[in-house]
Amino acid sequence: MTPDEEAERARRLRSRNKVLGGVLLFFVALFYAITIVRMGD
Amino acid sequence: MRTAVAVTLPADWRDFFALTKPRVMSLVIFTGLCGLLAAPGTINPVIGFTAVLCIALGAGGAAALNQWWEADLDAGMKRTASRPLPAGRLARGDALSFGIILSVLSVMVMGLGVHWLAAGLLALSIFYYAVIYTIWLKPRTPQNIVIGGGAGAFPPMIGWVAVTGEITLMPVLLFAIIFFWTPPHFWALALFVKSDYAKVGIPMLPVVAGERATRHQILLYALVLLPVSIAPWLAGGAGAFYGGAALVLSLAFLALSLRVGLRVQAEGDAMRPEKRLFGFSIVYLFALFAALVADRLASAQGLVQGTVA
Repeated sequence: MTPDEEAERARRLRSRNKVLGGVLLFFVALFYAITIVRMGD
Repeated sequence: MRTAVAVTLPADWRDFFALTKPRVMSLVIFTGLCGLLAAPGTINPVIGFTAVLCIALGAGGAAALNQWWEADLDAGMKRTASRPLPAGRLARGDALSFGIILSVLSVMVMGLGVHWLAAGLLALSIFYYAVIYTIWLKPRTPQNIVIGGGAGAFPPMIGWVAVTGEITLMPVLLFAIIFFWTPPHFWALALFVKSDYAKVGIPMLPVVAGERATRHQILLYALVLLPVSIAPWLAGGAGAFYGGAALVLSLAFLALSLRVGLRVQAEGDAMRPEKRLFGFSIVYLFALFAALVADRLASAQGLVQGTVA
């Protein structure tokens, strides 16, 4: 793997991890909200 | 036929996103939300948001599974050759995993957070699109668009059931409206866009049965759509505002379909009637569902004589 390819690989992995982290945080918040709402049912 | 190229770099997240067909998803979100808002009763905004989110995630999962299965077909058609799988930007196995994860996640969250009947319908719609339509019937029958339309018809029904928790006549009618709307919508497009479905062996109606038969079928579905679209009003599930809007919109749809249905393509034809019908078909669906929601909200506010929930 050339240095250019290596840099591109690292860049893609970083951006994927960021997106996945954001998605996970979103679901944590969503599940918390659902739990609070449903506790009143 | 080209086959997918080997992938070495990890795929960009945007290619996973593209796998969910975001443009189709916007219509799914709109009709699902309308079904949810038009349903009698109330739903907590958080739960309502979750329901629409799950409908969207399920549609995205089904779209990913569809592209996983059709990667080789997509590679052979100009319109689809640049999708992530045929272009080699994404590994096929990754698309399959992504599709399954989205599908299972959407159904589980819908069941646990919203309602298990809505979750069951969502699971059915994903299975219907990914397996019954994509794998089984699309390559086998020129009526594939009619069958595919059934998959697109689920969202408003799921949104409605998320609120009411039961399948009544109204969600079934909303299903029927999109079901009968899809064929004239798609075939109008198929008449003026030269596609290469024939090259990859997908039997699209204009190719298999010819242009005349396609035009007649467009007219036939537009005729059926008229009574189906005003049925919610006649059945008492929606008010006169919706009924009036549906009547006007469907008569306009029928008028445009009549022009398309009864003419023959000439040499060097600009295909204006077909393009107008296709363009109007999109306006039609948005306006019809918006009218349904407006009707419900107006009667809930006591602005007009309400329908009994």
